[in-house]
Amino acid sequence: MLQTDGDRPDPLPHSRREAAHFAEPTLLLRELVAHLRQNRTQLREEWARRITEAKLLTAMSDEEVFAEATAVYDNYVEALETGTFEALQAYARNLSERIIPRRVETHEVVGIVLLLRDVLARSLFAKYQADFSKLDRILDAYEPAANRIANTVAVGFVQERERVIRQQQEAIRELSTPVLQVRERLLILPIIGLIDPQRARQLTEQLLRGIRSNRAKVVVIDITGVAAMDATVANHLVQTVEASRLLGATVIVTGLSPEIAQTIVKIGVDLGKMSTVGDLQGGIEQAERLLGYKVVPIEQRP
Amino acid sequence: MRDAVEIPVLRQGSVLIATLRPAVPDVDLVRLRTALVEEVVRMRSRGVIVDVTAIDVMDSFASRTLQELAQMIRLRGAETVIVGIQPDVAFAMVQLGLRMEDVATALDLEEGMAYLNRKFQTSG
Repeated sequence: MLQTDGDRPDPLPHSRREAAHFAEPTLLLRELVAHLRQNRTQLREEWARRITEAKLLTAMSDEEVFAEATAVYDNYVEALETGTFEALQAYARNLSERIIPRRVETHEVVGIVLLLRDVLARSLFAKYQADFSKLDRILDAYEPAANRIANTVAVGFVQERERVIRQQQEAIRELSTPVLQVRERLLILPIIGLIDPQRARQLTEQLLRGIRSNRAKVVVIDITGVAAMDATVANHLVQTVEASRLLGATVIVTGLSPEIAQTIVKIGVDLGKMSTVGDLQGGIEQAERLLGYKVVPIEQRP
Repeated sequence: MRDAVEIPVLRQGSVLIATLRPAVPDVDLVRLRTALVEEVVRMRSRGVIVDVTAIDVMDSFASRTLQELAQMIRLRGAETVIVGIQPDVAFAMVQLGLRMEDVATALDLEEGMAYLNRKFQTSG
């Protein structure tokens, strides 16, 4: 394992990686970890200072930054020592969960991990500057592990963010299709905005569940807020009406705009079996008639 | 005759009620249809309810058999209601184009009974 400095004035990355494979990496890592443990306080402070200097994690107070820095530092050293990343992964996910609601951005998380990498590397330079070949081997052992750690933390953060985004999308989608009971056995389903096939499908499913759980007999679907409709969506609407009928409920569609009426006739969707009423008020009145209600102003009551 | 039918048929006033079990075999459905078409006049029933609450898959054979059942019963002078189609089943049915047109449907047994009673009243 003897290498003369003269052979490698400018070590190439691939030769380094090779060296890492064949060198005594565990032994070196152990030495490295011991060094990082010994200088824990000083390196941690250095790192926290660099974070503040770089204006990262501005959403958090100095104390919080220091507390997280300590936790990340310990996890980092542990990952270096054991070569297993599960604990670090779990911590990265947990950290992301806490800091995402505080609008910490991806570049900040990647930035702080890269800063730590830099701080530690500098400390290694300082320690081994007298023995260049040892420094070289130490870096061979350190770099791949450090890269993997940075990767793990960044990926963990991005995954957590994506999970939050997916969750929010789900929530928005659910909010966008309320099934409301206005009277015993009468539901209304106001649809607003764009309908894509996925939303149309979800809408149908929610309506059918609503019919079952509310024991509805009549449903008014109001599409006043729908600007445009294509053949796929129109057919989906027809399917919704038919599926509701199979559950024993009658559907009244209200608020078809002139544009939608024209589109539907032009594309030739058969709406013959669908009962339509001009506006929501008319639809509710029609539904009340079907259910046997009669709305009378109070003063006219006998 | 009734012994051959795997699906029990109950009599409630002037209504015959058949409750399907999950994953009912095609042959039993056909037997049920035959039996109900016979029984409906012999029992002097005016309505038939087929409860499909337990059915979680309705294929084209089953839905056609039920549709034919309804048409046959009508020719024998009575009304048929299919009750208890599950939301998921209904959704799958319309996607497969199984619309069961001209067949009365209701949410559950209670609703089916109410539907038939209204029908009986209007037809006197």
